[in-house]
Amino acid sequence: MNNMIANPFDMQGKDINWCPGCGNYKLLDAVKDALYELDLDRRNLVIVSGIGQAAKLPQYVNASMFNGLHGRALPVAMGIKLANRNLTVIAESGDGCMYGEGGNHFLHAIRRNYDITVIVHDNMVYGLTKGQASPTSRMGMTTSLQFNGVMLEPFNPVAVLLALDAPFIARTSAGDGEQTKEIIKQAVSFKGCSIVDIFQPCVIFNKINTYQWFKENTYYLSEDYDPTDRKLAFEKAIETEKLPLGVIYRRDERELYEDLLGITHIPAYEHEVSDEAFEKMLEEYR
Amino acid sequence: MHYYADEISIVFGGAAGQGVQTIANALVKVLKRRGYYVFACTEFMSRIRGGSNSTEVRITGKKRRAYVHGIDFLVALNAEAVDHLEERIGESTLVFAEKDHVEGKEISNFIDTPIAEFAKEAGNPVFSNTVAVGVVLGLLGISLDAFSEYLSVQFASKGEEVVAKNIKAAELGYGFGKETAAGNGIEVTIKPADTPPDELLIDGNTAVGIGTVAAGCSFISSYPMSPGTGLLTFLARKADDFDIVVDQAEDEISAINAALGASYAGARAIVSTSGGGFALMEEGISLAGVTEMPVVVHIGQRPGPATGLPTRTEQGDLNLSLYAGHGDFSRVILAPGSFAQAIELVQRAFNLADRYQTTVFVLTDQFFLDSVASVVKSEVVRLPVERHIVRTDREYKRYRLTKSGLSPRGVPGYGDGVVKADSHEHDESGHLTENFGIRKKMVHKRLQRLEKLSREALLPELFGPAEAGSLVVSWGSNRGVLQEALEKLGRKDIAGLHFSQLYPLNPQVRGVLEAKNVIVLENNATGQFADLLNRETGVRVSKRILKVTGEPFSVEEVIEALQEVRHE
Repeated sequence: MNNMIANPFDMQGKDINWCPGCGNYKLLDAVKDALYELDLDRRNLVIVSGIGQAAKLPQYVNASMFNGLHGRALPVAMGIKLANRNLTVIAESGDGCMYGEGGNHFLHAIRRNYDITVIVHDNMVYGLTKGQASPTSRMGMTTSLQFNGVMLEPFNPVAVLLALDAPFIARTSAGDGEQTKEIIKQAVSFKGCSIVDIFQPCVIFNKINTYQWFKENTYYLSEDYDPTDRKLAFEKAIETEKLPLGVIYRRDERELYEDLLGITHIPAYEHEVSDEAFEKMLEEYR
Repeated sequence: MHYYADEISIVFGGAAGQGVQTIANALVKVLKRRGYYVFACTEFMSRIRGGSNSTEVRITGKKRRAYVHGIDFLVALNAEAVDHLEERIGESTLVFAEKDHVEGKEISNFIDTPIAEFAKEAGNPVFSNTVAVGVVLGLLGISLDAFSEYLSVQFASKGEEVVAKNIKAAELGYGFGKETAAGNGIEVTIKPADTPPDELLIDGNTAVGIGTVAAGCSFISSYPMSPGTGLLTFLARKADDFDIVVDQAEDEISAINAALGASYAGARAIVSTSGGGFALMEEGISLAGVTEMPVVVHIGQRPGPATGLPTRTEQGDLNLSLYAGHGDFSRVILAPGSFAQAIELVQRAFNLADRYQTTVFVLTDQFFLDSVASVVKSEVVRLPVERHIVRTDREYKRYRLTKSGLSPRGVPGYGDGVVKADSHEHDESGHLTENFGIRKKMVHKRLQRLEKLSREALLPELFGPAEAGSLVVSWGSNRGVLQEALEKLGRKDIAGLHFSQLYPLNPQVRGVLEAKNVIVLENNATGQFADLLNRETGVRVSKRILKVTGEPFSVEEVIEALQEVRHE
């Protein structure tokens, strides 16, 4: 993207709380550039996040924001979307927030399938609480808490999402800003609950899953890969040697929760109580 | 001779699934249509089938809104009902049941009532409920017409034959009831209301529901939990007519966060739960506090701790709502004492939430929600829906510091500005900050509104002589029982004071209580409101009338407790 053109989503003069070299910077640029290239009306965008270093991202974007509680970005995002479906809603947070603390919401957001985009900064470690294991930490990684090494198998978000038949599942690496941006654009344009899991190096607490590691342990899905084939996607999801990057699965026809609920395009702040319906309701209790 | 001139209490007892509730609903509806004052309340076990449940139906010459312990007529549908209600069966209680249901039991006034036989004669044992209503109407000497009409409507979808058989069952029961009344000297002379008022017959859930709809609520997300589920169900049924988003949440944490998201986007949002579910929402209440997000929380109270008594009643969650959420911020707690009041208070709750950008609690309980009573239609108040939402401009700051502590509330998508809500401590624009000076201002901002809220707080309602030396305080669902007990007690030296706003208290409350002997009546173990009154006003509470069994207060026990009141 041409840096000479001002991006309306840039925040001027904002002190950013991330560490130098953090993968979040690249992610932030990818998000802002994607939004700009999509030509989204800034006034109709809300970015929702939970808590963690990743969840600070909307603080640095010039758009409406709900920076809520740890693990609770998705219910908030749902409430916003259902109250005003004209808004573009992006929920983003780290792997601990989305897959750990907010695990239940994550499962049920997919079941409902409301039209939002979920961006997960997957750095395989807890940053803000200073370096403990996250749900996606690899086995054997030593931390201040898991000093003998992580004992548990990592959570596999892609496989879980496929099991839920999530309609848009993608994975990218923050190191590749261009692909990340392009996939975020696809995800935001997608009608339904789209999820992008983004590998993001934590330069302070994760000395294993570095920029280099992600480069060596990932590969791009080939151009003839068919993301509509769920079985094939499952095969990709459970690969462990090298992790695939790209749109892993996509199913366009899944019905939206907004439509199932019969929600109109009238925003909730314009909601009115019909006097006629109210009187009719009272008559039921005669 | 069994003579009832002023009031009568009729109790139906049976197993879950036997239709005790159906009987009571039918009877209450028929009686209300005939212009009688009726009140019904229900107690049941936490199980789907079996167990022992009962519903009390009171017919009274005056409007009454309370539970009485004594039973005049008991219609027992199984043997367990007689055992379950044994303690309430007095010498004057007439027990109507099949012979084998009372075998080996000492009952002074047993009337062998062949309900099953009549049902079979009418065509099917399932008509037992219809027979039972017929029996009671016969005993009361009230014409069967209204009930036949009710049956015709109720079973219309099942065809003429089913309607005819039900009417036949009702007639068999009715004939038996009439004969029994004549043969046993049973005479009920309670008069219907002089001028049949323009009344609606509703339960507590419906009252809260009507208030929620009237308030312009457009969003509820909740997880089912007794007795808070009723409101969720009510709104689900009204969702299409009133454009209300009804979401069954995966858990209560999701429910409150979804409500806050909806509120952020401009919806009037509510959650409905009980104490245990609300305990899970607490962090969300703190989030509402820091983000200054309007939200209404309905807590249908039931006895805790933990699962406690899931289907019973208590007023034990006042402290929970008063102290919910970490950190200091403002809130309002309301507790309606009647159905008409609930309809109005819920609307007030939404208006206060929007005007003061705060959490407003509405506390009810199982007794209140499951009770059935009539409400005069003219008492159904509709308050204007206060929006308090501004169109934002480019310079908009969600948490702009103002003299009142309230910042104009913008919502995303309405205007040119960005709306930033943040759970961190934040600056005026909503961005996180650790600036000590801003922190201090923001804490003050969030608490400052309490002062205005307290000045606007509803004053308690006084019943009885204003000059009485003793004041019995009650709150929420204990309005009816206190009012009736005081009236029956008839002491000039004791008056009642009912609070429908519990927090913040109006500064005038102190003056009302000062120089009085203050007694507090509440359905919990420690006297949570008594403590709050003392803390807020400095007034000493001389006596606490408390209850922890999971049952509502009965009129009799309140009279008994108040009889002991002596002045120093």
